[in-house]
Amino acid sequence: MSTPVSATAESEGGSPPTRSLSPGGGPQTQPQAPHRWGTAARRFVRHPAGSAGLVLTFLMVAAGLLAEVISPGDPFRTVADPLLPPSGNHLMGTDNLGRDVFNAVIHGARTSMVVVLAVTAIASVVGLAVGVVAGYRGGWTDDLLMRITELFQSVPRFFLAVLIVALFGAELDILIYVLALTSWPTLARVSRAEVLSVRDREYVEAARSIGASDRRIVLRHVMPNVLPTAMVVIALTGSRVILLEASLSFIGLGDPTVMSWGYLVNNAQRFLRIAWWMSVFPGMAIAVAVLGINLMSDALNDVLAAYSKAAPRRLRKRRLS
Amino acid sequence: MNRRYAVRRLLQVLPAVASILIVTFAVVHAAPGDPVLAVAGQNGNEEYYAFMREKFGLDRPLLQQFATYTSNVLRGDLGVSFVQGQAVSDLIAERVPATLLLMGTALAVSTVGGIALGALAARRPFGPFDLAVSTTALVGYALPVFWLAQLAMLTIAFRTGWFPIQGMTTARADYTGLAHYADVARHLVLPAGVLAASEVALITRIARTGILAEMSSDYIRVAQAKGLSASGALLHHALRNALLPVVTVVGTRIGFLFSGAVLVETVFGWPGLGRLVLAAAQTRDHPVLLGMVLVVAFSLVLANLITDLVYSRVDPRIRYR
Repeated sequence: MSTPVSATAESEGGSPPTRSLSPGGGPQTQPQAPHRWGTAARRFVRHPAGSAGLVLTFLMVAAGLLAEVISPGDPFRTVADPLLPPSGNHLMGTDNLGRDVFNAVIHGARTSMVVVLAVTAIASVVGLAVGVVAGYRGGWTDDLLMRITELFQSVPRFFLAVLIVALFGAELDILIYVLALTSWPTLARVSRAEVLSVRDREYVEAARSIGASDRRIVLRHVMPNVLPTAMVVIALTGSRVILLEASLSFIGLGDPTVMSWGYLVNNAQRFLRIAWWMSVFPGMAIAVAVLGINLMSDALNDVLAAYSKAAPRRLRKRRLS
Repeated sequence: MNRRYAVRRLLQVLPAVASILIVTFAVVHAAPGDPVLAVAGQNGNEEYYAFMREKFGLDRPLLQQFATYTSNVLRGDLGVSFVQGQAVSDLIAERVPATLLLMGTALAVSTVGGIALGALAARRPFGPFDLAVSTTALVGYALPVFWLAQLAMLTIAFRTGWFPIQGMTTARADYTGLAHYADVARHLVLPAGVLAASEVALITRIARTGILAEMSSDYIRVAQAKGLSASGALLHHALRNALLPVVTVVGTRIGFLFSGAVLVETVFGWPGLGRLVLAAAQTRDHPVLLGMVLVVAFSLVLANLITDLVYSRVDPRIRYR
């Protein structure tokens, strides 16, 4: 029987930040010296989850950027007999219309990448702006912005996205707006909480008393404390977006003019018994992309939590008193 | 239960419901295309269109339209399906039982399984079992649930032939009584298993973190100082308190379960809401999709309300600041 030591060691600090797979998991390590991004970056790369995540994400980005180099040609074009199993010529086989699955998977990476980058970019800007302004200004600005945030969180994302795409059309830009529209509230709430936790600290007070402008205080003193947690949330947003986009195209609401992983998995459904490769490879691509980003966000959380005192788990109004 | 808390929590339902109504109304109104053309066809004359506009109240001011919409929705009138010509509320109500069966089973299985795995993992943090569980959870997080469903078909259903892969009952078998329940149960295994598997990861993480946090608290140390073994302390003292966080996330999980159920049902041909959504998405049957958004959103409000009330009953420390 193990001694209680193993259970208690966790909370008493001292353990390196390279251990937990659970974001916001174990009790926070003690706050340390102020940020040094270089050190954080080095720790991130050395973190097992961080390096693995980097590699997987790099694979996906490379596939997306170099799609035409790795596997040239229109992924919708028929290149061989239908339903050929994987072989030297067709690494992942061909589908029911004789299209090359490998080519489709590689081009699907491009679609996923475009969607993820665009959505997280929009959601990050909006979420950070709303959260920081709400937290920093306080008062009625805070109330108003938070009510708007709650408005966007009131409706389940997946079903709202289904409705909007059905109403507005399935073009890629609409998809991006829909996903961005439903992605920023979490970030807004988290960054607001972070701002609240530093707004009244002495160093902010000091900066204000020597006449620093709001802009300078926010950019130089508040933002650096918000960014660590924000980055974790942004990464998680990215992986959620990949899954959402895949789910939407799986139920036939993707842009029909671009290749996407969800569409491929959907198309595989009717041929599961005779062509496993049509399902296995595109699904694996989704899993690898999501896993890569999740690993990075886990590693970020571990590495940055060591620097930031603010606990990432302060999302709810309710609290144990 | 703390009455003041309960009253305030109940009052919070109002803004939540209002948010849902505002968002959905805004989305439908912002959609391109004239709803009259959709109902009355392209070939009517102006007079007919004007008549239809008046009949559906589309000529009235926006606020009045919103009032009508609100009263209709709150009375349970969700409009009529474009495609099937039936009341949306009937279409949804018809399919709710099958989906609830699927979601309920998955919720129960994943909760029990997740707590068990979390407790086992927490017994020896960072031991081999803990790492295996954490790693599996991490990978499980990344798998899209619709692909997991297809994998289950490929690996379990096709290989063994033990489980049927389509529908909820065997066609033309007309089982009655016990045989009917056994038949449904056999059909339920794979879809519910897949849905539960996609949920277990989250519960395991929460349970593990909760147990570890409790195990390092003073009362556990006292119990162990008095001679209780580590697993005894875990089972008899820590587990009960550690389960509270698991209860809190039930509301959030129901949101995921809804969208997960829709996707899993699509793969397994389960006759629930999923196929309704799929068909409506493909035919752009907006009223049905709008109805789904409303039903899911209201269910979440209700689920969160119940969770919070139960939670405050179980843990009297909870109240508003």
